[in-house]
Amino acid sequence: MNIPRIEFKQISKTFSGTDHTVPALDDISFKVMPGEFVTLIGPSGSGKSTLFNLCVGLLEPGKGEILIDGEKPKKRPGLVGYMPQRDLLLPWRKVLDNVLIPLEVQGLPQKESRQRALEILPYFGLEGFENEYPSALSGGMRQRAALLRTWLMGRSTLLLDEPFGALDALTRKELQNWLLKVWQEFERTVMFITHDVEEAVYLADRVIVLSARPGRIKTELKINLPRPRRQSMIADPAFGKLEKELLQELGVDA
Amino acid sequence: MNWRKYIIPPTALIAILIIGWYFVAKISGLNSFILPSPINVIQAGWETRDLLLSAIGTTLLATGIGLVLAIIAGIGIATIIDFWPLARRALYPILVVSQTIQILAIAPILIIWFGFGLMPTIVIVVLFCFFPLAISTADGLISTDPDLIALLRAMGANRRQIWRMVRMPSALPAFFSGLRLAVTYSIVAATIGEWVGGSQGLGLYMLRSKNSLATDQVFVAMLITSLLSIGLFITVYIIERLVMPWYHSKQRKEQWDDTGIY
Ligand SMILES: Nc1ncnc2c1ncn2[C@@H]1O[C@H](COP(=O)(O)OP(=O)(O)O)[C@@H](O)[C@H]1O
Ligand SMILES: [Mg+2]
Repeated sequence: MNIPRIEFKQISKTFSGTDHTVPALDDISFKVMPGEFVTLIGPSGSGKSTLFNLCVGLLEPGKGEILIDGEKPKKRPGLVGYMPQRDLLLPWRKVLDNVLIPLEVQGLPQKESRQRALEILPYFGLEGFENEYPSALSGGMRQRAALLRTWLMGRSTLLLDEPFGALDALTRKELQNWLLKVWQEFERTVMFITHDVEEAVYLADRVIVLSARPGRIKTELKINLPRPRRQSMIADPAFGKLEKELLQELGVDA
Repeated sequence: MNWRKYIIPPTALIAILIIGWYFVAKISGLNSFILPSPINVIQAGWETRDLLLSAIGTTLLATGIGLVLAIIAGIGIATIIDFWPLARRALYPILVVSQTIQILAIAPILIIWFGFGLMPTIVIVVLFCFFPLAISTADGLISTDPDLIALLRAMGANRRQIWRMVRMPSALPAFFSGLRLAVTYSIVAATIGEWVGGSQGLGLYMLRSKNSLATDQVFVAMLITSLLSIGLFITVYIIERLVMPWYHSKQRKEQWDDTGIY
């Protein structure tokens, strides 16, 4: 229980272009413990997505190392569930075939995969949509499908990159509650990027604040609000205080 | 499909043109060697129907074989170009240059190499048709959304899986637009091949008709060539819709309609 799901050790990452270099991340160290819900917030360009890309093995860190379940894996792709900023559903696959992609990649037998996906479909509010093409879905449904696809990777840790960023406020709140519910029920570990202070506090056990480029850890904020969370808590003074603290750290509270 | 919107306008226009043609031919009093009327043309077609049918068969056979080979060559070249950046730089300009070579000039050479018969015609169809296929398929492959590839890689997919699940399907629409171009050229290419070096087929029918000043028969051949090309085009369009229902989905159409482009 005490082995972190993910541990970043002094990670630095610099992108080098032809004529200039962009330092994206500088000396990032933190751990995500099993069952934890950690939100990551920071100004645009502070390297949040880069951190995820490092974690899933799309990029290699310039310095430092990344441990997954206490070990330094030879190859990171496939070890953690990953949902990129865009939903990236394949337009030529129906919803069911889209969410089955990770199982297909893992080479699991088709019949069992379909069975498994169909069983869990209702949890994700996608019942009756399995035979639709993504173009027929609303924004909220597309995000649910993308989440289910991430889920079906079957990993205990999920990295979600601004999954609700493009949704309208109501759909967003609905999906937040729903995400917290499945997270608790299935005992997963979540790292969640957001640029929304309220969302960061509402979902998290812990908020990590990154500074503007290059991203450094500015502060960590424990969120000791009781669970299960309720939207009405947002009106509590304790919630407001946490939000205020975060806004100050982000330098937007004049 | 809303056939009133898409079928009636072109049909009406064609009907008007044919009627116009009829009257011009009548009123101008030109000899039918110079401008046959539509009725002359239909008569000529009917009188030579046996000849025509076997000619159509030959031409379609050469076109079909040529198209299949062109598709194989086109996809093959596109794949090589895609896998191997050096090949892209080396091949792409050569492909473009290859299209500037006069087919009429190489046709006699092809006859020297392959003799009279189907072979030179097939080669000419391939030469005409592989190019749009290769270029559009290569462009389709390279235009794959890199984020999709990244997502699959992050899930642990290997190169072959990425190729099958993402690269190939994203290249399909471009491949099909190339194929539509290719089939549109293919019949004309085949008749050119036959005109220059074939011993049968629509091209030869056209050549013989021209030589005997049977202008009405030349018109017949032209008409049939067009009809066959249109037929092939429609066939590809139907296949395309069956293979890529997602690409022609209702939502997508509506999105286009909304833009006001259509
Ligand atoms: N593949 C890349 N190549 C070059 N620069 C990149 C690349 N990915 C991200 N960057 C740069 O790194 C910085 C951080 O990007 P990103 O991680 O996307 O930030 P965030 O997700 O916090 O908005 C940005 O300045 C971005 O331009
Ligand atoms: Mg980002």
